[in-house]
Amino acid sequence: MKRALHAEWTKLRTIASTFWLLLAAAALTSAVSAAAAAATRCPSGSCADDPAKISLTGIYLGQAVIAVLAVMAVSGEYGTGMIRLTLAATPRRLTVLAAKAAIVTGLTLITGAIAVLGSLLAGRLILPGHGIGPSHGYPALSFSDGPVLRAGLGSVLYLVLIALLSLGAATMLREAAAAIGAVLGLLYLFPIIAAAAGNATVSRHLEQIGPMTAGLAIQATTGLNSLPISPWAGLGVLAAWVAGALVLGGLLLRLRDA
Amino acid sequence: MTAATLTPPRPGTASDHDGYARLVHAEWTKFRTVRGWVIAVIVAALVTLLLGLYTGVRSQAGCVNGPCHYTIPTGPGGEAVTDTYYFVHRPLTADGTITVRVTSLTSVIDTAMTPQGPARTEPALVPWSKTGLIISANPSQGSAYAAVMVTGSHATRMQWNYTGDTPGLAGGVSVASPRWLRLTRAGDVITGYDSDNGTSWTKIGTVTLPGLAATVQAGLFATSPGYTAPSGQQLTGGSSGGAPTDATAIFDRVSLQGGWPGGSWVGTSVNGGPDSISYPAGTEAGYRQVGGTFTVTGSGDIAPGVSGATPVDASLAGVFIGLIAVIVVGALFITTEYRRGLIRVTLAASPRRGRVLAAKAIVLGAVTFTAGLVGSAGAILLGIPLLRANGNAIDPTTTLTDARVIAGTAALVAVLAIFALGVGTILRHGAGTVTVVITAIVLPYLLAAAFPVLPAGAADWLLRVTPAAGFAIKQVIPAYPQVAGSYTPFNDYFPLEPWAGFAVTCAWAALALALAAFLLRRRDA
Repeated sequence: MKRALHAEWTKLRTIASTFWLLLAAAALTSAVSAAAAAATRCPSGSCADDPAKISLTGIYLGQAVIAVLAVMAVSGEYGTGMIRLTLAATPRRLTVLAAKAAIVTGLTLITGAIAVLGSLLAGRLILPGHGIGPSHGYPALSFSDGPVLRAGLGSVLYLVLIALLSLGAATMLREAAAAIGAVLGLLYLFPIIAAAAGNATVSRHLEQIGPMTAGLAIQATTGLNSLPISPWAGLGVLAAWVAGALVLGGLLLRLRDA
Repeated sequence: MTAATLTPPRPGTASDHDGYARLVHAEWTKFRTVRGWVIAVIVAALVTLLLGLYTGVRSQAGCVNGPCHYTIPTGPGGEAVTDTYYFVHRPLTADGTITVRVTSLTSVIDTAMTPQGPARTEPALVPWSKTGLIISANPSQGSAYAAVMVTGSHATRMQWNYTGDTPGLAGGVSVASPRWLRLTRAGDVITGYDSDNGTSWTKIGTVTLPGLAATVQAGLFATSPGYTAPSGQQLTGGSSGGAPTDATAIFDRVSLQGGWPGGSWVGTSVNGGPDSISYPAGTEAGYRQVGGTFTVTGSGDIAPGVSGATPVDASLAGVFIGLIAVIVVGALFITTEYRRGLIRVTLAASPRRGRVLAAKAIVLGAVTFTAGLVGSAGAILLGIPLLRANGNAIDPTTTLTDARVIAGTAALVAVLAIFALGVGTILRHGAGTVTVVITAIVLPYLLAAAFPVLPAGAADWLLRVTPAAGFAIKQVIPAYPQVAGSYTPFNDYFPLEPWAGFAVTCAWAALALALAAFLLRRRDA
């Protein structure tokens, strides 16, 4: 396993795109969060706003970049034909998958932490000037506040789970464009379909089982009663999706030719 | 004598027209022989259709006693309208004039919406509460009318046939500053006047109600729409209904001239049945006449309908799923050539590279337009009757609007596929193209409309500038300035006009194609 880990780390660190994708993920997340914070105004001083959730808006875009990274970690091998070499060197295929998952998790943890820190910092600097700050009765965006800590840590975990979901999808589909289309479709379509569903019960159920809608419940620090699902349960739903994707991917990896 | 051997004539270069047709044929062959792409496009069409049917089957409108049983009234222009008010009227059989003085307009709002205690009402200033004089073809919903009125905070106005609106004298009404209102009918033509002293009158406007019968109903009315107190932050989500309110107005100095047959005032509550109106707790509509003073209380609105009914494009939720599949196919259509090395053969066979790109765009556009047409036509034509059968009130639309929604959605799918093709040629990387295109199209729509996290200003900007502006083609009901409503993308109101939004998306696709053609020519491949 140690050798497999070392091999996967070498593969990822020697491609230029890995660094750029991680940089783009962190930068875009922080930038979009800053833009969302800058666009929010509360002149009257009594708005039902969630400062942590606004500051973490960038995750919507950052998750797409992280998903691309995870998909390319698998589909790149298939595209170049290197999968044959990998599977010949490490015949125990689940070890390969586990090693990839471990390396991608590690990279996403670091990048996610930077991205979330950047976003929360942007929110902490920008939001008070727009009427959403400690002087207006909102909790300060600092990690000493329990819900904010949960939102931040939960968002990092969310990004890790998205990366693992993409890894599983890419192992199943093997083709980069199809895999990223499937992952982004899975993430972005549940809220759209839920919003368009005429039935309130159907809407709520869709929001409870959708990977993005359930997973991002962790970002909420206020209005917890109006969420479709409670924060940690939402991450649990996403973890269930990830488990399913990885199990299916592992199964297909073992059963198929490559 | 041996025949001179003739070298066969050099085959002439194919004419330009032949070459182009062969190019398109070649691209079509490339497309149809990849089983995965054909299946993806067919699945896209099917999913759109099936989800439209599913929404039709599963959407159950509910009122207090089971499924709702009211139809949306339509005005003389065919648009959906809200027509609920309290009418104190008498018949007018010929030309005539009615004049009245309004001394007070107050409203109450139902505070049951707040989680504090039992239902009660409190006074509120409802901006679009209306009271005044109205001449209506008959006291039922959807009839032609002209009215001159005092409003809560939009001064005196004249409105007619639901969509017409003109402002009059500024300022509100109170005992200290009453308002005189007058309506004069001459055949089909009704003129509205207002005054603040009863002697000098200003004409607000003149309207013609074509085909007005000789006998019309004219008199006093009061109405007040549902209202939500504004919050500081205008998030893009939220309902547009608001708590029920009603307006109470005090009229006096009613004077009539002209063809008024003798009789007494009749009070009628114009509404669409008990399901269509709700009063604040403990109040009801009605009027009281004490001597020459009338006190009229009413609730509702006389306005074009902007919310409440299901718009026709509610069946089109499946388009987004189909769109993802179509974008992947569009990206793969060009990037697979690069990955497999077929691009060398393609560019060797057709050295004119711009034409190759154009041929690809033609094939892709035609295939995806057909798929989109099948999907959206099926979803709307089959899904809407299902919605109706389940008791949902559907906003009435003209056939032209329906055709615009169907054809426009299909065209949008085709344009977005071509956009993916252009970006794919620029980036030459399949996963990157799909990510860029999806985040440029679906993410703005998601953040602005479906999963409202952005404030209204940012959402507006996103839906004007990004390729997601094209979704405005689905908008069915226009926004009216004289009706307070939640005109947000979440409620299907886009900042741009339908074809303007579509043009923005076309501009993005054209830009991508132009850049792609430029790069294709300049680069090696």
